[in-house]
Amino acid sequence: MILIIAESKEGKFKKNAFEIATFGSRIAQETGSECAAVVLGSHENPSVLGKYGVPKVYHVNNDKLDNFDDVAYRDVITKLADELNAKLVVLPHTAEGKGLTGKLSVAMDAGCISAVNGFKVVAGELNFVKPVFSGKAFATFKAGEGKLVVSLIPNSLQIGEASGYEAEVISKEIDFRSSGIELVEKNVVTGEVPLPEAELVVSAGRGMKEPSNWGIIEELADKLGATTACSRPVSDSGWRPHHEHVGQTGIAIRPNLYIAIGISGAIQHLAGVNNSKVIVVINKDPEAPFFKAADYGVCADLFDVVPRLTEAIEKFKAENN
Amino acid sequence: MNLLVCVSKTPDTTAKVDFSEDGKSYNESGKQFIMNPYDEWYALVRALELKESEGGEVVIINVGPASNDSILRKGLAIGADKAVRIDAEAPDALFVASQIAEYARDKDFDIIFTGKETIDYNGGILGGMLAELLDLPFVSFASKMDYHDGQATIERDVEGGVEVLKTSGKFVISASKGLAEQRIPNMRGIMMAKRKPLEVVEAVEVKTGPVVDKFELPPEKGEVKMVDPENMEELVRLLHEEAKVI
Ligand SMILES: Cc1cc2nc3c(=O)[nH]c(=O)nc-3n(C[C@H](O)[C@H](O)[C@H](O)COP(=O)(O)OP(=O)(O)OC[C@H]3O[C@@H](n4cnc5c(N)ncnc54)[C@H](O)[C@@H]3O)c2cc1C
Ligand SMILES: Nc1ncnc2c1ncn2[C@@H]1O[C@H](COP(=O)(O)O)[C@@H](O)[C@H]1O
Repeated sequence: MILIIAESKEGKFKKNAFEIATFGSRIAQETGSECAAVVLGSHENPSVLGKYGVPKVYHVNNDKLDNFDDVAYRDVITKLADELNAKLVVLPHTAEGKGLTGKLSVAMDAGCISAVNGFKVVAGELNFVKPVFSGKAFATFKAGEGKLVVSLIPNSLQIGEASGYEAEVISKEIDFRSSGIELVEKNVVTGEVPLPEAELVVSAGRGMKEPSNWGIIEELADKLGATTACSRPVSDSGWRPHHEHVGQTGIAIRPNLYIAIGISGAIQHLAGVNNSKVIVVINKDPEAPFFKAADYGVCADLFDVVPRLTEAIEKFKAENN
Repeated sequence: MNLLVCVSKTPDTTAKVDFSEDGKSYNESGKQFIMNPYDEWYALVRALELKESEGGEVVIINVGPASNDSILRKGLAIGADKAVRIDAEAPDALFVASQIAEYARDKDFDIIFTGKETIDYNGGILGGMLAELLDLPFVSFASKMDYHDGQATIERDVEGGVEVLKTSGKFVISASKGLAEQRIPNMRGIMMAKRKPLEVVEAVEVKTGPVVDKFELPPEKGEVKMVDPENMEELVRLLHEEAKVI
């Protein structure tokens, strides 16, 4: 049995819940196992996971679980995994997941492979693949025979809609303790897709010269439906908020499209973005190291080219809608 | 306060990434090693600040071979009071967490710090394991911590923002950017470090978790395709038809 942890926010699944459902059900299919999900806290529609190949959803509907608590979540998941005799538990490598993975593996007396981005079955054996050295290499782990806790990096795979059926939802009551850590406040940008989940990202660096020039970046992001990001010196000087900082010391992202504007492409910046599927670099310096990591390059002054790109996107959207 | 900081050693951020012929291990020869930046810049410095405001002692701990003493000396030079090295090659996070838990169990640390992740294996799981082994809560990815009268107020990075948490108990915390400002050791610190204790402790028998079966380098990226700046329609067409990302 494979148990996946499906994360939600305000009673709705996050995108990574569907990714993890797709991941878990594919592993189940290829290894001849079964996959079930657990949903913690209030939820509007847990059965929708059926669409992504998960036939059974255990819903622990207790509003004390609406906010993440490492001790409470550990208790619930450990007990359920035990009852279901789950050999593999998969959770997302998100802020919540990162707070839980190590703890859960020890509590379950299971092995632990964190931050994987894929699996493969070789000669009947299940293997997990994980990027290491900030994306500069990959490591393969054999799943082995024992129990295992694995965390999956968001945006690692294309969500697969398997069918139109609904999952069977089983209500569960499970006792838990809590950590004694109190959540006082949550300041999360709303409206915009958070950076780690974004499929399209427009990012800008020191080439922008000053913060008041960011209008053209926001305009482009807006027309494209993308989330904005920035290089470290930009957030360090307070030009952009800290949560936009990508790279080795910021956050690591892996969108489908990363457009880097006026960013030189230092190795520490690349560490956070080089797992993007497609990279476009706009820079006026033909020697900028970022061009070596790019799929498409535009060598020009960003102040000329960005508004033109925005216009072209607008035109494309108008024609394709 | 009684503070413990877990510090690890990683290859320098700009070091070349290559592996032994059988793909089982990182090729260490000719590489520069440093203290993991999250441990050095944020976890250790925040612990030192706490000691300065609240009094107490900062102990740094590493699980590794004698060649890791250099990073412990650096930690002492930055200001830690005492270093402990558990003498073993560390095969995985569970092994390391179990060794540190064994050391910390009867020492009554108020806060145990780790970095958010090591920059080589990018596991980010050791803190959680350690917390569980010691039956403590774990606060991951802290970017700010205030501490007054035994109460900690912690900001933690979450997707697209921050969470503010409060606790008065003991806990394990993993440090991300923002928790403190990097400190460079000065001459006096370096001299003093020589006289500070560096205790070597024998490893205990513990379980290990899954180990890497094989390392591989990603396939070479193809040549970049340059697009005429005058023709942004062409870029949009390529992104739509060729790359299929919009
Ligand atoms: C340990 C460590 C960790 C680090 N972590 C990070 C990290 O997480 N993230 C990160 O981003 N950095 C990080 N850095 C910093 C990193 O090394 C670089 O200094 C930083 O990424 C550079 O930012 P930038 O590209 O915006 O600025 P610059 O290097 O100044 O580059 C600006 C670029 O804009 C181009 N440009 C200028 N004007 C124009 C114009 N009009 N039109 C078009 N192009 C133009 C220039 O040609 C240049 O390439 C780290 C450094 C260290 C030592
Ligand atoms: N060998 C080690 N000795 C002491 N602390 C370590 C060791 N390895 C990792 N750590 C700590 O655990 C944190 C997270 O490591 P990891 O889970 O391996 O990414 C690091 O930032 C260190 O604080």
